[in-house]
Amino acid sequence: MASRPDRGRVEINADECKGCLLCVSVCPTQVLARTTNLNKQGYFSVGYTGSGCTGCGFCFYTCPEPGAITIRRLEKSA
Amino acid sequence: MSAPNYKPHLSRSEIFYPTFERKSGNKEVTHYCPGCGHGSLHKMIAESIQDLGINDRTIFVSPVGCSVFAYYYFDTGNIQAPHGRAPAVGTGAQRARPHSVVISYQGDGDLAAIGLNEILQAANRGEKMVVFFVNNAIYGMTGGQMAPTTLPGMRTTTTPMGRDTRLAGNPTRMCELISTLDAPIYVARGCLASPKHTMRTRKLVRKALKMQTEGKGFCFVEVLSACPTGWGMQPVDSHQWILDNMVPQFPLEIFVDKTDLDHDDYIPPKAPSPETFHEVIRIADAANQMAPAQPETKYKDPRIKVAGFGGQGVLLLGLGLAQCGMMEGRHVTWLPSYGPEMRGGTAHCHVNIADEEIGSPLISKPTVLVAMNQPSLTKFEGELVEGALVIMNSSMVPNKPKRKDLELLELPATAIAEELGNARAANMVVLGAYAGYTGVLSLETCLESLKTLIKRQALVDLNVKAITKGFEFGKAARG
Amino acid sequence: MATEAKRPPLLIKGNEAIVKGAVLAGCRTYFGYPITPASEIAEAAAKDFPAIGGTFIQAESETASINMVYGAASTGIRTMTASSGPGISLMQEGISYLACAELPCVVVSIMRGGPGLGNIGPEQGDYNQVVRIGGHGCYKNPVFAPSSGQEMCDLTMHAFEIADKYRTPVFVITDGFTGQMMEPVSFPDPIPLPPEKDWAVRADKETRENLISSIYIEHDELEEMNLKLQRKYAEIEKNEVLAEEFMVDDAEIVVVAYGIVSRVLRSTIRLARAEGIKVGMVRPISLWPFPKKQLEALAAKAQQMIVFELSNGQMVDDVRLSIHDNIPVRFYGRMGGNVPTPEECLDVIKRYAAEGGAK
Repeated sequence: MASRPDRGRVEINADECKGCLLCVSVCPTQVLARTTNLNKQGYFSVGYTGSGCTGCGFCFYTCPEPGAITIRRLEKSA
Repeated sequence: MSAPNYKPHLSRSEIFYPTFERKSGNKEVTHYCPGCGHGSLHKMIAESIQDLGINDRTIFVSPVGCSVFAYYYFDTGNIQAPHGRAPAVGTGAQRARPHSVVISYQGDGDLAAIGLNEILQAANRGEKMVVFFVNNAIYGMTGGQMAPTTLPGMRTTTTPMGRDTRLAGNPTRMCELISTLDAPIYVARGCLASPKHTMRTRKLVRKALKMQTEGKGFCFVEVLSACPTGWGMQPVDSHQWILDNMVPQFPLEIFVDKTDLDHDDYIPPKAPSPETFHEVIRIADAANQMAPAQPETKYKDPRIKVAGFGGQGVLLLGLGLAQCGMMEGRHVTWLPSYGPEMRGGTAHCHVNIADEEIGSPLISKPTVLVAMNQPSLTKFEGELVEGALVIMNSSMVPNKPKRKDLELLELPATAIAEELGNARAANMVVLGAYAGYTGVLSLETCLESLKTLIKRQALVDLNVKAITKGFEFGKAARG
Repeated sequence: MATEAKRPPLLIKGNEAIVKGAVLAGCRTYFGYPITPASEIAEAAAKDFPAIGGTFIQAESETASINMVYGAASTGIRTMTASSGPGISLMQEGISYLACAELPCVVVSIMRGGPGLGNIGPEQGDYNQVVRIGGHGCYKNPVFAPSSGQEMCDLTMHAFEIADKYRTPVFVITDGFTGQMMEPVSFPDPIPLPPEKDWAVRADKETRENLISSIYIEHDELEEMNLKLQRKYAEIEKNEVLAEEFMVDDAEIVVVAYGIVSRVLRSTIRLARAEGIKVGMVRPISLWPFPKKQLEALAAKAQQMIVFELSNGQMVDDVRLSIHDNIPVRFYGRMGGNVPTPEECLDVIKRYAAEGGAK
């Protein structure tokens, strides 16, 4: 059985991430984690582990970088 | 079932420049350290500016401190200010462009140490600006020294043993200080240390900026913010440290909220038309030009010293002499004794009236001395030129000059003025007497000068009589 | 420079004439702090600026005053402040920022006796502070030195023009006497406001991209900025020198004095001429740029120069540099609020006349 789609989705711009992990610490559903990707700034960037995002936006407002995180929300189907 | 459709919800604000071209190095990211609270607050401010649609009107004042480069990021008007002076710079900008939305963005060293006076005074004047105060209890930019907000016992590079409050004082609570003032309409403290606090802080930022769009008044939002680098902590730990240590010291409250009250706004006067400009700045009414009197050569180009007690109208008498001289087309200067000298109870002034351009306005060798009291005569008798004219107010100068070469006009000015009903008119008796005795000025000019000299209409009659009496006395004495 | 006098004169204090000149020049904001002997400027501004739809703010300090000026100037309007020595000292930080950010404004200094709290008598001891720069960094600022009520108005108006022309702070400096003295002044018509400045931050769409700043983090960029400033200063030195000559044509002795001292010397020179001494005067009106060329030309004909100042000898250094010490440069100064009398200066001239031009 297909699981219900996540209500939200986090897009991480890996090269703008400074690896502070604040987003990881504030995520209520723990869908973010540090990756092994060393970005062009030299930080291990955070990534979206792939399920359960609610689109709450806590990570967006906590992240100090203007463009590192984008949040999308599921459009309610008619 | 169709593929789920995700619409953008929260993304990079358009109020940030697309790339940070003013910055060197990586132009995609900020210059802030990992986990620094500045970026977070920047995002909230940018979001509100965008939602309120005020980026054209916004003047963002960057301070000195880590946020000195805020102008790298905000696509608004930008001014970078000297250390601590952002509220003064903001005042100047806002007063010059009243429609502007001024943001003063400052750290704790900038605002609460070197700029404490500027912030309190701008708050007290109710300047229309929002001040975002980033409190991270340390000097970040200069490498971790003690800030006014550094906590008791906290180690910094200048409190290596921890802040000893007996030596270095206690943390400064800025919201509490500012909320003692009457003018600020919104004073609140937020914190960037948990989702709950962060989302609450976002609301404080938004409200303060909204008030600026409505021109309401001074708003102050303090934000407790992490400096993981300065504190030597991991970012996640630094947030817990804020909750454990800073929040107890700096309570998260809304201290003032007068945003719903009607604002009694100062409305400046309208600019005058070019036609009325001189009138408005009080330079339209030049005195009438009068026919020059024709004095004897010995009295021409007088250098007059007028001296007496404060309250005898000594400066006004000097002014009258100069005014009359000017009205008769002469060059004139009037130089007062000024400052504390006047508070000692004596006053004097120097008046030159001359056909040629006047050199020194300071008279070292007077040709005329008006002595309204005894000390003046005693003090200045010695510096007169040989044969100088001394007009002594004989009502108050019992002893004549010691020098025998002087020409003396004994004028009971105070007595004459008292007879006319007011001893204070003695100075105008002297003006008339000087004109009558020397012929340097005409009676008509003296009377005409009252239009300029005497502001209170009720006193004009008295002074007309005083000048006339004096003139008659002077003329008769001359014979 | 001189605005054409069109109206009959008014007897007015020098300090007030400055404010009238400022508003006639289109200045619409004044930020200041009281200090004797400059307070009449703030007092007159408090009346006149609001009356013409402008702004007067009594700031909390001279530090705040100059920074309010910085803010107002950043938005492209004409703005000013005024003070005396101790207050000008506090403003130096801001002046340096204004110079680097290339912000036009006018700062008036009515000099008093120093150093320290000193006294409120007239002095010229702040020449070095203002002309030789009191703030940090490689900047300069034009300085105009009125010596009469009329010039208090005219040179203030001129200062605003120069400030805008070169995007620079400009000083008007004089002594307490010239500020306190009343003289007849003829006021011109108001000059039209200059057009909006495209570099300013005017809180509108057109200028949103602008930045007012004095930070250049990259060394090469800061050096380039400094070189740009020096090129501007070279232009100012070429174009904006103002000086008055008085009876110099046949002068064997040339005295150099500015402000109130030049007035005293005018009397002295008349006395000296009556005794057959061939003496004339150069009165620098712009203290920076300094009238080097005029002095150099006169040094070729005269036997000696005597510099009179109300100081320990500050402008005298500029005179020496201007004429390369080709002829003797003598100095006579009074301090502490004392102003020499014409007779006292005559004695000095006679003494040096007797010594002649030998080095």
